[in-house]
Amino acid sequence: MHEMALCEGIVEIVEEEARRRSFSRVKTVCLEIGALSHVAPEAMKFCFAAVAARTIADGAVIEVIELPGVAWCMACSRSVEIAQRDEPCPCCGSYQLQVTGGEEMLVKELEVD
Amino acid sequence: MDCGADPAGLKIAGMSSERTIRIERDILGKNNRIAADNRARFLTDDLLVFNLVSSPGAGKTSLLVRAVSELKDSRPVGVIEGDQQTSNDADRIRATGVPAIQINTGKGCHLDAAMVGEAYRRLPPLKGGILFIENVGNLVCPAAFDLGEACKIVVFSTADGEDKPLKYPYMFAASSLMLINKIDLAPVVDFDSAKTIEYARCVNPNIEVLTVSARTGEGFAALYAWIWKQAANQRRPVGDALP
Repeated sequence: MHEMALCEGIVEIVEEEARRRSFSRVKTVCLEIGALSHVAPEAMKFCFAAVAARTIADGAVIEVIELPGVAWCMACSRSVEIAQRDEPCPCCGSYQLQVTGGEEMLVKELEVD
Repeated sequence: MDCGADPAGLKIAGMSSERTIRIERDILGKNNRIAADNRARFLTDDLLVFNLVSSPGAGKTSLLVRAVSELKDSRPVGVIEGDQQTSNDADRIRATGVPAIQINTGKGCHLDAAMVGEAYRRLPPLKGGILFIENVGNLVCPAAFDLGEACKIVVFSTADGEDKPLKYPYMFAASSLMLINKIDLAPVVDFDSAKTIEYARCVNPNIEVLTVSARTGEGFAALYAWIWKQAANQRRPVGDALP
């Protein structure tokens, strides 16, 4: 369950931002999660509730903006969208793909009080 | 019933204390910063570091026992072992005369950069040598955590089933080398090497592949040649920067 460790990372980021920007409550934590990143958004929501309990982020809602997987196809020399790591180029069927986007795992914004 | 006051007890029209802050911070940022520090220290110490990952039972420790026994006379070698519990693996490495630090992750499913940084501090000096990090046996979580290594090596055993690269694509995508271990068992388990390599290259077209047997020693000469090639690659940029 590496999602637990990642959620601990989110809580640490929120606590640092709270010290720096003086807020006392977090209503929403907005994440950007790429389709080819290491986490499932649903698992993050589940783990976050447990990890955030009794912290400044207690009760905060996780919102996830899902970003598409993007790869450069070396066979047809163009940027293509893929949903999974083991998918071929949707245009030419080649597996000669270099992932260029969709690996993001970011805390994008916080809605705070 | 009060519909107006915010938690600070204030109500100013159009001036809610509620606000949205854009921060755009990487969730793995802290681990990645520590991994970068580890990597800088490894380069300063002229150390080549490999992060070995696999499912439990693929033979990482047996492979390391043979490799460190055969490499230790030519240069300094050290091992960092990661398991949820026990020091069995570090004990096996130490029996070869090579220093090893065991990290027990408890409930954790992977090593992180801070654990490795701390374990490295506890090892004797390995300047100019090789450090092997044996990660927790798990084909999922360790893929996400950079430890500061030169590269990841995924160990795959012939008894694992050819489609492991498709089932656990992140680990194979994150690794530079796939070591197919237990090749001596291949005929017994009807292992299809070509199919495994085809699947691995579906998720990582650049992955290199070597076949070995930790039991018989088959393929280890090629593995060592690969390691020396990595050592030369790691040194080259430093050498090029010299006047």
